[in-house]
Amino acid sequence: MSATSYREAVRAALRDALARDPRVFLMGEDVGRYGGSYACSKGLLDEFGPERIRDTPLSEAGFVGAGIGAALGGMRPIVEIMTVNFSLLALDQIVNNAATIRHMSGGQFNIPLVIRMATGAGRQLAAQHSHSFEGWYAHVPGIRVVAPATLDDARGMLWTAIEDPNPVVIFEHATLYNLEGDLPEGAGAVDIDRARVRRAGRDVSLIAYGGSLHKAMTAADRLSAEGVEAEVIDLRSLRPIDDATIMASVRKTHRAVVVDEGWRTGSLAAEVSARITEQAFYDLDAPVARVCTEEVPIPYPKHLEDAALPQPEKIVTSTKALMGSHA
Amino acid sequence: MAPGGKTHLDRGHLLFLLKEMLRIRRFEERCAELYSAGKIRGFLHLYIGEEANAVGVMQAIGVDDAVVSTYREHGHALARGIAARALMAEMYGKVEGVSRGRGGSMHVFDAGARFYGGNAIVGGGLPLAVGLALADRMRGLARVTVCIFGEGAAAEGAFHESLNLAALWKLPVLFVCENNRYAMGTAIEREQSQIDLVRHAESYGIKSEAVDGMDVVAVEVAARRATAAVRDAGAPYFLENRTYRFRAHSMYDPELYRSKAEVEEWKQRDPISKLDAWLRDAGFLHPDDLRRIEDEIAAEIDDAAAFAEAGRWEPVEDLARDVVAPPPAPRRDAAA
Amino acid sequence: MPEFRMPSLGADMEAGILVEWLKKPGERVSRGDVIAVVETQKGAIEIEVFQPGTIERQMVQPGQKVAVGAPMALIRGEGEAAGAAPAPAAPAAPIPAPPAALGPAAGRVSPAARRRATELGLDLAGLLGSGPGGAVGLADVEAAAARRTQPAAAMREVIGAAMARSKREIPHYYLGHTVDLEPALLWLEAENLKRPVAERMLYGVLLLKAVALALHEYPEFNGVWSGGRFQPSEQINPGVAVSLRQGGLIAPSINGADRLTLPQLMAALRDLVRRARVGGLRSSELSDSTITVTSLGEQGSESVYPVIYPPQVAIVGFGAVATRPWVVDGAIAPRRVIVSSLAADHRVSDGHRGARFLAAITARLREPDRL
Repeated sequence: MSATSYREAVRAALRDALARDPRVFLMGEDVGRYGGSYACSKGLLDEFGPERIRDTPLSEAGFVGAGIGAALGGMRPIVEIMTVNFSLLALDQIVNNAATIRHMSGGQFNIPLVIRMATGAGRQLAAQHSHSFEGWYAHVPGIRVVAPATLDDARGMLWTAIEDPNPVVIFEHATLYNLEGDLPEGAGAVDIDRARVRRAGRDVSLIAYGGSLHKAMTAADRLSAEGVEAEVIDLRSLRPIDDATIMASVRKTHRAVVVDEGWRTGSLAAEVSARITEQAFYDLDAPVARVCTEEVPIPYPKHLEDAALPQPEKIVTSTKALMGSHA
Repeated sequence: MAPGGKTHLDRGHLLFLLKEMLRIRRFEERCAELYSAGKIRGFLHLYIGEEANAVGVMQAIGVDDAVVSTYREHGHALARGIAARALMAEMYGKVEGVSRGRGGSMHVFDAGARFYGGNAIVGGGLPLAVGLALADRMRGLARVTVCIFGEGAAAEGAFHESLNLAALWKLPVLFVCENNRYAMGTAIEREQSQIDLVRHAESYGIKSEAVDGMDVVAVEVAARRATAAVRDAGAPYFLENRTYRFRAHSMYDPELYRSKAEVEEWKQRDPISKLDAWLRDAGFLHPDDLRRIEDEIAAEIDDAAAFAEAGRWEPVEDLARDVVAPPPAPRRDAAA
Repeated sequence: MPEFRMPSLGADMEAGILVEWLKKPGERVSRGDVIAVVETQKGAIEIEVFQPGTIERQMVQPGQKVAVGAPMALIRGEGEAAGAAPAPAAPAAPIPAPPAALGPAAGRVSPAARRRATELGLDLAGLLGSGPGGAVGLADVEAAAARRTQPAAAMREVIGAAMARSKREIPHYYLGHTVDLEPALLWLEAENLKRPVAERMLYGVLLLKAVALALHEYPEFNGVWSGGRFQPSEQINPGVAVSLRQGGLIAPSINGADRLTLPQLMAALRDLVRRARVGGLRSSELSDSTITVTSLGEQGSESVYPVIYPPQVAIVGFGAVATRPWVVDGAIAPRRVIVSSLAADHRVSDGHRGARFLAAITARLREPDRL
C-alpha cells in the first residue's frame, strides 16, 4: 500500500497505458507543456514525447473529431477535454460521430476512443464552469460512460476503457483530484460495468456517483449516529447502469435516495428512480427520493453554490423524510 | 488507377473517365425515379452535374488511401469502387446494403474501400479526416486521406479547426471543396465574406488550388498533383473544385433561390457532354462505343435496382445490434 | 397502360396541387422530360417522366390536389410498363420490450390495492393477482370484496345499524313465560305420523301460528312505528328469523300467517328457509314484517331476550324445548316446556298487555288442534 491521491492515480493510469500500448496517445489542451490543467499529465511530455502527449489548439470539435478519426485509423487515443463545460463544443462529434458510426455503417467500424473530462461544481467557478452533464452523455446509445469516484477506480478504469472497443467517456469530478488515500502497489485495471456497494446497510439505499459519492458516505455516517443504517452504492458505470446491484439493495432496504449533481429535471437520478419503480416497485416502502442540484445556474458566492448543490445534510434530511416516524 | 503520377490522356483512359461519369449520372437518375416512386426514402441529394469531381479525384488515390465524404456521396462511392448493387440496396434500406441498410443515402460506409461516410452534419467529416491522417502519421503509414465537402462547410467552425490542425501538425489530408455555389438554398456570395475559398486555406498555410470542376481531366490532373504533394511534403493540400449541381439540393426543393437561366447556362458545361464532344472530335468515340457504354451501364443499374428490390429487410428483432461492439473478455489485472 | 403517378419528393410530402401540364395528350415524351408543374408546401416543383411514351390521357386538371402515388396521366409506352409500385411495406416499428421481469410474484400488492383492502377490511392473504407479474391490484381487491359473501358482510352492517338504532330509540320492556308444550308436541307427533316424511311439520309452525292468532286480540304488537306514532297493520306478517350458515340473521315474513293452515305454514317456512339460505328472497319479504318471531330452539339457550327490529314494535322469542319437572294435577311429572318471551315497544304497549299477549299465545298452544 502507498499513500497517494486521486490525481496521482490518474497520472499513474495514464503512464501505465502509454507504456503498455504504443497506439495509446494523449491529446488535449495543455496536457503537455502545462502538465495538464489539473496536473494529471505532469511529467508525461518529458517521458513520452510530443507525438504521444499532444497539446492541441482550442478546437474541441476539431481535436475530439480527430480523436475519433485516429481511433478509426488504428490508434487508441485518450482525448482530454479540459472540462465537461467545453465538451459542448464537441457534442456534435461525440453524438453524431463517435456514438453513431458503428451503427450507421452497419457494424463495419468501432471507435476505440477514450475521452476524459473533469466535471462538476463546488469551487465557485460560476455558471459556465460548473456543469454536470454526465446524465446527458449517459442518455446516448453508442457510448459508454463511467465516473470513477475512488482512487482504485481512478487508477483502474482507464485501462479497461482503453481496451473497450467502444467510445468511453470518463468523468473525473474536479473536487476529487486532491482526494488522498492508499492504493495497493500492484493496483491495476478494474471493471467498468458494475456498481459497487461502498457501505452496507439495511434501512435505505443511497445511490450516488462521482463527486456525490463522498457526500453520500458522509451522510451515511451522520445517519448511523441516529440509528439509521444506510447502504451506499457507487454507480461507477453510468451507461450502462448496473440495475442488478441497485435492485438487490432496494429489495433489502425498501427505500432509495438517489444523489446526483445534475439538475433535478431530467436528471440521471430520474432515470435511476424510474428503473427502481419498474423493477422493484413492490419492494418499496416509500417513494424514491432524489437529491440533486437546484434548478439554477451555479452561482458564484459560496453560500449560494453550497445551497444549490447536493450536500450531506440534504441527503440526511431526505432519508429521514423517507423513514417517516421510523427515523 | 495509378495514384499520384501522370494523367495518361489516351483513348482507353478517357473512355474510362466518360463511362465512370455516365455511370454516376445514370445511377443518380435512377435514384430520382425510384425516390419518386417511394422506393428510396428520407433525403436524397443528387450529384448530377458534378461527376467530374468524383471521377477525377478518385484517379489520384489508391486502395490504401481513405475517403471521407458528405451526404452527396453516391458519386464518390461509385467512383471509389463500391458496387452499385450494394449502394442501391443501401438506398432501399435492405440488409444487403453497404451499411446493412442502417444508414441510407446519406451514410454510405465501406471498410474495404476505406470509405468513411456518408456524413450528414455539414463540416462533421473534416475532423474525422484529420484524425485518420493523424493515425497514419503516427503509425508511419504513407497514406492520404481525401476529405470531400461542399463550400457550405467552409462556414462551419469545424472547417477552420480542421484546416488549422492539419496544417499545424502537418497531416496528409487532401481537402477537396466541391464548390457548387449553393449551400442548400444560400448562394456563396450570401454565405462567405471571402468567396475565394482557396484564400481560406492559404490563411492556414495550406497549399491550395482552384480547379474547373466541370472538366474531369482538369480535376484528375490537379488531384494527382495534390496527392503527390501531400505524400511528398507530408502536409495537407486544398483543392477548390468549382462546379455546379444541375438538380435541386435534394428531391424536395423547388429551387426558389436560383434562376432556370443560370442552370441552363451551367448545363452548357456538362462534364459528360464536354468529354463526349471532345472524344468525338478526336475521333476516339464512335456512336457504337457510346451505345455499348450506355447499354453496359443500363444493365448494371437495372441489375442493381433488381438486386435492391429483391433484398431482405433486416428483422426487427435485430434492431439493437451494432450499437456498441462487444467488450473483450474480462480481465482482472493484479499487476500494472 | 402505364400510369404516371404523383411522385413522392420528400418524406413529408403528402400531396401536390397540379399547376399546369407542360405536355399535352398525343405528345411524345422522353425519359427526363418535365411533364407538369405541381405546387407543394415548399413551392412549385417541376415533375419529370421516367419512361418514354406518348401521353394518352390526362386524368387530373389544373387546380386539383393529388395525393402522392395517385395516377395523374396515362402514357402509352414502348417497352416495359412503368407503373409505380406502392412503397414496399417495411416491417412494423418494433414495440420495445417491457423492462425485465419483476421477479417472484409472492406478496406483490400495489399500494393502491393495499389501501383499498384496508378500507374494505379485506384480508389480502391468499389473494390472486391479475396485475403485472401476478401482482394484486385494485381490480383484484374490488372483486374479492364483492365475492366475499355479500349478504353476510353487508348484512352484518345492516343488522348492526338496525340493532343500534333499536336500542337507541325503542324503549324495550321484557316479559317471559314458561309454556307447557307437551300437549302440543304430542299432538304434532301424532299428526306427523299420518304424513309422509317430506311433509312432516316442525313444532316451530305451532309457535308461529299461535303468535299469529294471538295477534288478533292484541293488535298493538302487530305494526310499525312510523311518523312518530304506531301504525297497526291489518295483515299479520310475522318475520321468521332464519340464521345463515355464513353468519348473520335474516327475518323474511310469511305474509298472512294467521290465515294459513299448519301444513301451508310449514311449506312456506321450508321454502323461505331454503331461499333465505341461497340468497333467493324477494325484497318485499324482507320489508313486510309486522312482528318478528325468533326461535333459538336447537341452539339450546333456555330463553331469549330479543331486540325489536325497527320499525316493528314487538318481537316474540322462544327458547329451547327442555324437559323439566312440572306440576300436573298436583303431582310432579316431567314435561317438555319452552320459555316464551316478549320484547315490546313501551311507547305502544305496556307490560299488562304484554303479559296477556303472552298468555294468549300460551292458551293457543294448549289447543294445537285449533291452530
